[in-house]
Amino acid sequence: MSDIAEVIVLVEHADGKLKKLTTELLAAAAAIGSPSAVVVGELGSAAALSDQLAEAGAAKIYAAESAGSANQLLTPQVAALAAAAAAAGSPAAILLAATFDGREIAGRLAIRLDSGLLADAVAIAERDGRVVATQSVFGGAYTTEYVVTHGIPVISVRGNAIEGAAPAVSGPAVVALQVSVDPAITPTVTEWLPEAVGDRPELGGAKVVVSGGRGVGSADNFHVVEELADVLGGAVGASRAAVDSGYYPHQFQVGQTGTTVSPQLYIALGISGAIQHRAGMQTSKTIIAVNKDADAPIFEVADFGVVGDLFAVAPQLAAAAKARKN
Amino acid sequence: MDIAVLVKQVPDTYSERKLKEGDWTLDREAADAVIDEIDSKGVELALQLTDSHGGQVTVVTMGPARATETLRKALAMGAHKAVHITDEAFAGSDAMQTSAALAAALRPLGVDLIITGNESTDGRTASMPAMLAERLGLPAVTSVVSVEIEGASLRAERVVEGGAAKVSAPLPAVISVNEKIGEPRYPNFKGIMAAKSKPVSTLSAADLGLDPAGLGLANAYCQVVAGAERPHKSAGEKISDDGSGGNLVAQYLVAQRLI
Ligand SMILES: Cc1cc2nc3c(=O)[nH]c(=O)nc-3n(C[C@H](O)[C@H](O)[C@H](O)COP(=O)(O)OP(=O)(O)OC[C@H]3O[C@@H](n4cnc5c(N)ncnc54)[C@H](O)[C@@H]3O)c2cc1C
Ligand SMILES: Nc1ncnc2c1ncn2[C@@H]1O[C@H](COP(=O)(O)O)[C@@H](O)[C@H]1O
Repeated sequence: MSDIAEVIVLVEHADGKLKKLTTELLAAAAAIGSPSAVVVGELGSAAALSDQLAEAGAAKIYAAESAGSANQLLTPQVAALAAAAAAAGSPAAILLAATFDGREIAGRLAIRLDSGLLADAVAIAERDGRVVATQSVFGGAYTTEYVVTHGIPVISVRGNAIEGAAPAVSGPAVVALQVSVDPAITPTVTEWLPEAVGDRPELGGAKVVVSGGRGVGSADNFHVVEELADVLGGAVGASRAAVDSGYYPHQFQVGQTGTTVSPQLYIALGISGAIQHRAGMQTSKTIIAVNKDADAPIFEVADFGVVGDLFAVAPQLAAAAKARKN
Repeated sequence: MDIAVLVKQVPDTYSERKLKEGDWTLDREAADAVIDEIDSKGVELALQLTDSHGGQVTVVTMGPARATETLRKALAMGAHKAVHITDEAFAGSDAMQTSAALAAALRPLGVDLIITGNESTDGRTASMPAMLAERLGLPAVTSVVSVEIEGASLRAERVVEGGAAKVSAPLPAVISVNEKIGEPRYPNFKGIMAAKSKPVSTLSAADLGLDPAGLGLANAYCQVVAGAERPHKSAGEKISDDGSGGNLVAQYLVAQRLI
């Protein structure tokens, strides 16, 4: 059927590789229409990604390539998506990552297309010819479903929320887009300061997360948290108090203003369980808490809690888990 | 340089926040209303910038009558004047509609810099700064942890997922602050007293020249179709460590097939 509406996906890529979230967006797109991937980048970037995009289910690739676009902050993406939407006629939706960048692009784009915007969707479906986005509100305390009633739905999608994959496509059509960027509204990147990438799983998608709080007491002591995480093959997280005290880098913050995690196993060490911390982890499958204070609110959401010193409990647990592995 | 700071009144994140069953809009009665912490950080940045470069800080909010409390808080911190966009007709506005009203109020102010939070704690769309920038024809530099003004341009460091970058943009511009930018000052007694006599102008939809046919929940660009409250999680087993706490956790995880 040729009249299946296109669903436009903004591709995130680095060093010639697709980001995992892009495959999730293509999977979401395939469930409601025909996925079209928009690649914004330097000359040649679409060709370098086309095999990976085909494998991930992109039926069409829109290429918006220009020299120097990498240092133009986010307006090339807005212009490319607007051009792709015009080329597609009436796409069913435009999907982007619910990162800070993705939500910024979405905001500008919604205004440019005079269209409704839905942020941070955790599921997308088609029902009665409408695209329905599910959102998780107040740390998972509520679930709501929204439809866009004006224009093309512009939807940002949370990482690690969409399961499954789109069927692979062979030889997707490549369409070049002519895109112009207005320098008056475009910030320039003068220097990139990338984060060090560690060996541990990515926090948002990890199956196990071991987090430390102010109770860990110092940056040096955080090795206790790391050692347990490594034995369990997990990611390391931190409370805001631990981050603000300089114990652990900010990108590992879990909670309302940090990453939302929903792993199989979440272990909280020396974390009181303030409501804003719980907002980022309370949908975890199994929660273990270790805290000296028997009245700490973290115990209210813990499946198994130990009132005790984390410096005794965590190493013993790490040793027991290691013994079991061997 | 003159600066406008957007401040939003939100339900206190320290209390249990609720949605209203039925239309699934925010239940404003359920929790105390406070200035969003991120916006008090925006006010702090504006005060620091006007301290060193001169100029005035105008704080702007859109919200119900009681949102004046939030404006007074920002005035007590040191902002010079305030604009309160309020009208029954705005109830239930979505981000598209809110951005139209905020842009209409910001346009005549003619400021050099507009500062917002990078993400509100209730809406969490993190799109307002970009929406305003697009409506006003300005660059947006979002999620900044430091900002310097150099003549007619700004330099900032922004931090987002995956890394940071040093960025420059021409003024006027919209910026949004990241929570790691630093702590806001507390209003002192003198500030609180002074705030009582600072000017607050109130603007209705008609004052802003907005078409009544586009306002409020019924004309929003998105509509709720369903909602549900998730059952509360209940506490499980809790033990006191007698020297074998770590081993008992391990046994529990084995029983749950987690290790
Ligand atoms: C707008 C807003 C957004 C926020 N966003 C976040 C967020 O994203 N993430 C977040 O985490 N917080 C967030 N917060 C902050 C939150 O309110 C808390 O301040 C924070 O979570 C506290 O961190 P903590 O539990 O590590 O510290 P504390 O509350 O100080 O708790 C430390 C705990 O460690 C225990 N302890 C001490 N020593 C030991 C030991 N040796 N062994 C075992 N236990 C020990 C203590 O009993 C205590 O319970 C936010 C706040 C606001 C206002
Ligand atoms: N109703 C409002 N009144 C004033 N400022 C707002 C309003 N809504 C959003 N903002 C600003 O936009 C920022 C980002 O909000 P959001 O896009 O909802 O995540 C907030 O931190 C505020 O600075």
